[in-house]
Amino acid sequence: MILTKAQYEEIAQCLVSVPPTRQSLRKLKQRFPSQSQATLLSIFSQEYQKHIKRTHAKHHTSEAIESYYQRYLNGVVKNGAAPVLLDLANEVDYAPSLMARLILERFLQEHEETAPSKSVINSMLRDPSQIPDGVLANQVYQCIVNDCCYGPLVDCIKHAIGHEHEVLLRDLLLEKNLSFLDEDQLRAKGYDKTPDFILQVPVAVEGHIIHWIESKASFGDECSHHAYLHDQFWSYWNRFGPGLVIYWYGFIQELDCNRERGILLKACFPTNIVTLCHSLA
Amino acid sequence: MAAVLESLLREEVSVAAVVRWIARSTRGSEDNPGEAAALSSLRPLRKEFVPFLLNFLREQSSRVLPQGPPTPAKAPGASAALPGRPGGPSRGSRGARSQLFPPTEAASTAAEAPLARRGGRRRGPGPARERGGRGLEEGVSGENLPGAGGRRLRGSGSPSRPSLTLSDPPNLSNLEEFPPVGSVPPGPAGTKPSRRINPTPVSEERSLSKPKTCFTSPPISCVPSSQPSALDTSPWGLGLPPGCRSLQEEREMLRKERSKQLQQSPTPTCPTPELGSPLPSRAGSLTDEPADPARVSSRQRLELVALVYSSCIAENLVPNLFLELFFVFQLLTARRMVTAKDSDPELSPGVLDSLESPLFQSIHDCVFFAVQVLECHFQVLSNLDKGTLKLLAENERLLCFSPALQGRLRAAYEGSVAKVSLAMPPSAQAVSFQPETDNRANFSSDRAFHTFKKQRDVFYEVLREWEDHHEEPGWDFEKGLGSRIRAMMGQLSAACSHSHFVRLFQKQLLQMCQSPGGAGGTVLGEAPDVLSMLGADKLGRLWRLQERLMAPQSSGGPCPPPTFPGCQGFFRDFILSASSFQFNQHLMDSLSLKIRELNGLALPQHEPSDEDGESDVDWQGERRQFAVVLLSLRLLAKFLGFVAFLPYRGPEPPPTGELQDSILALRSQVPPVLDVRTLLQRGLQARRAVLTVPWLVEFLSFADHVVPLLDYYRDIFILLLRLHRSLVLSQESEGKMCFLNKLLLLAVLGWLFQIPTVPEDLFFLEEGPSDAFEVDTVAPEHGLDAAPVVDQQLLYTCCPYIGELRKLLALWVSGSSGRSGGFMRKITPTTTTGLGAQPSQTSQGLQARLAQAFFHNQPPSLRRTVEFVAERIGSNCVKHIKATLVADLVRQAESLLQEQLVTQGEEGGDPAQLLEILCSQLCPHGAQALALGREFCQRKSPGAVRALLPEETPAAVLSSAENIAVGLATEKACAWLSANITALIRREVKAAVSRTLRAQGPEPAARGERRGCSRACEHHAPLPSHLISEIKDVLSLAVGPRDPDEGVSPEHLEQLLGQLGQTLRCRQFLCPPAEQHLAKCSVELASLLVADQIPILGPPAQYRLERGQARRLLHMLLSLWKEDFQGPVPLQLLLSPRNVGLLADTRPREWDLLLFLLRELVEKGLMGRMEIEACLGSLHQAQWPGDFAEELATLSNLFLAEPPLPEPQLRACELVQPNRGTVLAQS
Repeated sequence: MILTKAQYEEIAQCLVSVPPTRQSLRKLKQRFPSQSQATLLSIFSQEYQKHIKRTHAKHHTSEAIESYYQRYLNGVVKNGAAPVLLDLANEVDYAPSLMARLILERFLQEHEETAPSKSVINSMLRDPSQIPDGVLANQVYQCIVNDCCYGPLVDCIKHAIGHEHEVLLRDLLLEKNLSFLDEDQLRAKGYDKTPDFILQVPVAVEGHIIHWIESKASFGDECSHHAYLHDQFWSYWNRFGPGLVIYWYGFIQELDCNRERGILLKACFPTNIVTLCHSLA
Repeated sequence: MAAVLESLLREEVSVAAVVRWIARSTRGSEDNPGEAAALSSLRPLRKEFVPFLLNFLREQSSRVLPQGPPTPAKAPGASAALPGRPGGPSRGSRGARSQLFPPTEAASTAAEAPLARRGGRRRGPGPARERGGRGLEEGVSGENLPGAGGRRLRGSGSPSRPSLTLSDPPNLSNLEEFPPVGSVPPGPAGTKPSRRINPTPVSEERSLSKPKTCFTSPPISCVPSSQPSALDTSPWGLGLPPGCRSLQEEREMLRKERSKQLQQSPTPTCPTPELGSPLPSRAGSLTDEPADPARVSSRQRLELVALVYSSCIAENLVPNLFLELFFVFQLLTARRMVTAKDSDPELSPGVLDSLESPLFQSIHDCVFFAVQVLECHFQVLSNLDKGTLKLLAENERLLCFSPALQGRLRAAYEGSVAKVSLAMPPSAQAVSFQPETDNRANFSSDRAFHTFKKQRDVFYEVLREWEDHHEEPGWDFEKGLGSRIRAMMGQLSAACSHSHFVRLFQKQLLQMCQSPGGAGGTVLGEAPDVLSMLGADKLGRLWRLQERLMAPQSSGGPCPPPTFPGCQGFFRDFILSASSFQFNQHLMDSLSLKIRELNGLALPQHEPSDEDGESDVDWQGERRQFAVVLLSLRLLAKFLGFVAFLPYRGPEPPPTGELQDSILALRSQVPPVLDVRTLLQRGLQARRAVLTVPWLVEFLSFADHVVPLLDYYRDIFILLLRLHRSLVLSQESEGKMCFLNKLLLLAVLGWLFQIPTVPEDLFFLEEGPSDAFEVDTVAPEHGLDAAPVVDQQLLYTCCPYIGELRKLLALWVSGSSGRSGGFMRKITPTTTTGLGAQPSQTSQGLQARLAQAFFHNQPPSLRRTVEFVAERIGSNCVKHIKATLVADLVRQAESLLQEQLVTQGEEGGDPAQLLEILCSQLCPHGAQALALGREFCQRKSPGAVRALLPEETPAAVLSSAENIAVGLATEKACAWLSANITALIRREVKAAVSRTLRAQGPEPAARGERRGCSRACEHHAPLPSHLISEIKDVLSLAVGPRDPDEGVSPEHLEQLLGQLGQTLRCRQFLCPPAEQHLAKCSVELASLLVADQIPILGPPAQYRLERGQARRLLHMLLSLWKEDFQGPVPLQLLLSPRNVGLLADTRPREWDLLLFLLRELVEKGLMGRMEIEACLGSLHQAQWPGDFAEELATLSNLFLAEPPLPEPQLRACELVQPNRGTVLAQS
């Protein structure tokens, strides 16, 4: 699903200040029925993350935390079974999972002598049963299962999607008889940067030489693409030469501007791959 | 000096005698007494003759060449000697000559200023004189005898010479008197330092030679007026020196003035006093003056001078062969004669003394002279590139004046194969990552490794940005990238990181910049091979087309200063911006090492026994390899010179006097960065000058002003001068240097002698080399010098300025001197291959000598093949041992370690100790490596040799070659293995141990055998991510909040669990974290089922799940947990306070599903009774509502006391009511 910048912006426009709930997602699907759900979800998630990055700081001032915590306490005193934390997050326009983390941290600070470590917090978020306070455990759990952009479950889903597409790509490469080294093999050899696959014999796609292929199970928007270029794609080019990036959920057409320079974008596995013929005269 | 020329012209002495006289310090025996007498009295002036002659010719030609590109010359003030010797035989005519060929600029202003002096000449003595004018004035003042002492007095002002002022001072404010091009406007220019030849416009590439204006200016017309925009890129951040800036202004003024003149006076503005020949004014008609052999004015005189001049060129008495050729070409293509308007009153037409009338009185004279000289240098001409030959052969003047020469040139053109072409376009390829040198094992710490990882990326980021922007006007390297580069360099803390970075830098440099335009094909890279294989033909055509379209600018005259063209600029600017002492030091170390390595590379030598056809094919390979090595060396040496002399170069003028002495004393203490003197001496001895000298010249071209004064470098210059003199092109003999090799050396040396920092008098003052510049020849009979390793392609690549000749001719053809640039093509090698492998060292034994002898009479390709095979097989052998023997040992180590861990328990003891134990057990097995290696080489080498040698190789030769290859490969492999196998095993085992111990750690789920999906599986199961997502939706619905119309159907739940089963059975897409989350979610789902919390969607809105349905679903879950999950399922979560607490919210509470689940868990062996007991026990500690705690206690008692019921139907009421007896009875 390759979108023009204009198409993409039309979608992004609809996502301003929408809470990351399953209801929002449903509405979005109704609004853009022609787009694939995965693409929409990916865009939604990325837009929301951008929004959170922008506003993150204001939720982390000590005043803000204190006020959220008091509201939480007041809320659960009134009714521990009500979705206090979730409502609070939606009201102040912050991700429920992150709000849960915030309150949990604050709670533990109050109840434990030492400041809780990051790993303890993470572990409690993964398994709220470990949270010493039953009410808070339920509140946190509710936030996590209702957040479709943040939280351990969402992280796992994203990771799984990424992994599944890598497997898919590997199968396609095997099917095409293209021999490759995968990330694990590269790491074992001590490569400092490892694309998903390095082709042992380069191929050409649409006239461009391909030495490596990176699978991205997300939509390639400007922000993420630039970050990937900086952290990954150029690094691969710097070491292995030109390569191919597959954004399985599509990308903004205008971003595919580094073809000549050695980074080719596709939204699916390329169909017309030219391989090196040994019998070439 | 003029006396000599005069004697010659009067035929008092012969040309041969004169040349002998110049060339030798001692009198030649063959000179006749009369000649000897005439010349011997002039002996002290001998050294002055050639500079005099060159300047004389330049002066004489000035009227024909005011418009075209000026001829640079670097002859120190030739007329210096003119009046200098009291009692000299030429004294009588001194006065007249000094007027005719005035020794000083000042004097000449009157005589021929407007015409003879192209370029910024002095208008009067001033303190800031440049070298060009120095000698002249010294001579005129009569105070100094010519000689080193006098010449070394830099900047010594000389008094004005009223006695020699011949006529009215020139009207400096009259612009018309001064030829616009290159002239100096009146006024402020008077104090501007200048040379007698053209002042050099400063371009960005000349920043290093700033303190002096360069002699060897490019043709003015070739200097784009936009040039100054780039001036501030000089490394010192300084703009133009004021003098140069005013030069630009002058040009601008002159341009305006000229256009004014053009408008005002379309007819000749000058009278034509001489000869009555119709000499059109320079500013007049635009047509070229035809040249006619019949109208040459004094043939004999011209012939004589041409002969002397040619002989000087042939004997290498002139500093720069190609500069002289350029001058001659200029004469050949001169368009119009400019008349002397303000002619010297004493230059009366009546004077017929041989030197007192101008040598070139017309275009006819010029062309005649040029053709005379060219005839003497046919051999050089015939070795120029095909394009130049064509233009020469097609030159109508040449045809007209010497049909014979034209015929020979035409024949040479037709026979020439010396097509020089542009290389493939550059596309920056990165240096590829090589685990052998780049992985973690090559770094001292993780931090250093990761820092370098980042640096590599920053380096390329900077490079890409440079590629994008450096051609944009106004973009500045330092401003754009400087701080980023310095920040990156700042991170390089560890010394080892510096060497890594320098290696990357150097490799990238070699990869990008091997050719002069920086557009070099990738030499050491691999990717272009693929490109060319994919469509070599089309690409070739594309590049040829591009070549035509690009037509790059001229390289800056026949003697351009050292520059960093193309991509080289990036690397130069990077070094300057980084301004890191450590980086520079590491870079110099690395460059020196690589230079030594390449310089010492045993390049195959010419073997005359080769048959023609075969040697042809082979020689292409040889030449290619030589070209690659030479170009690499030149590039590396250039950068080494740049960095090494960087601290000593600055914009200030060179020091003089005491300051200079103290600097010399200091600098002579500093050891050279690379012992180039020894390398040069060895190179000369081994007859490898053709390899060593060209890179040495690049290195020296960046020397600062002090360097040539240091004894160490002076020795080098003397050696180079002697070499230069010895390279007489006409002397060719078997075993001596090849013609093109000589030509290359002459070109690069000539260029070096024109570099501003090289003292101009060095060439002429250095006592001439003895005739016998014969290096001690302990050298092999056929050194590299005698091999035809240089071709035109390489010559033009190394010396793109030779192409200026072609440009001159092309300008002539184009008929418009206004069109400049455009014709020069960048010349870069089209074929470049990787460097050959270093030949392996052979041992001293008899076998080795026999092997050497064997190769001696075989074609060189055989030896190369064998060495190549041996090198590769040896290397492969090591890799093979690593992959087999070492890998086996590592596996053994792993299993030993597992045993160890089992016996010693979880901790397994200290890793270091474990490693020692393992290594002591395993390392002895390394001894097998040698036997295995030998076997491998034996097995692999013969086949490879056979495949690579010609089919027709005689069987005996073949088998010998095979055996030698086996021997060499084995030697190489075994040498490596015996030295390194133990360390290798240790390293690999160590890695394996730490891997195993790590895996032992936190993620037990990741370990252990995992079942894959069955063979028949087509991997159509739903994706794990989809399932997690679906289950998450159910969980979120159950936990709420939810809309009234939201819910799930029982069918959906069943379907979901069915899909979960499929996914778990097809493991294609499943990764451990996903499985863990699925397991956790399934437990959460079970808890919600038990607590009846799942909102069911049905016909009558929401309702609760039927008991039977719930049980069926729980059964499915139990079966999944039992059968399909391969990782651990956190079943204890079922009894976590939070999940049990879900029951507290339901009214009425129903406990039977929980009890059912617990019993089933025990039944299926998913949880132990004890485990459940413990969980239930800890539940009691939580805070519960009173009644709930009570019910919970009952449940746990019930579970503990009873075996599972077949169909328990428990309600909360039952639990608390005392009818337990019945329940108990049933069990």
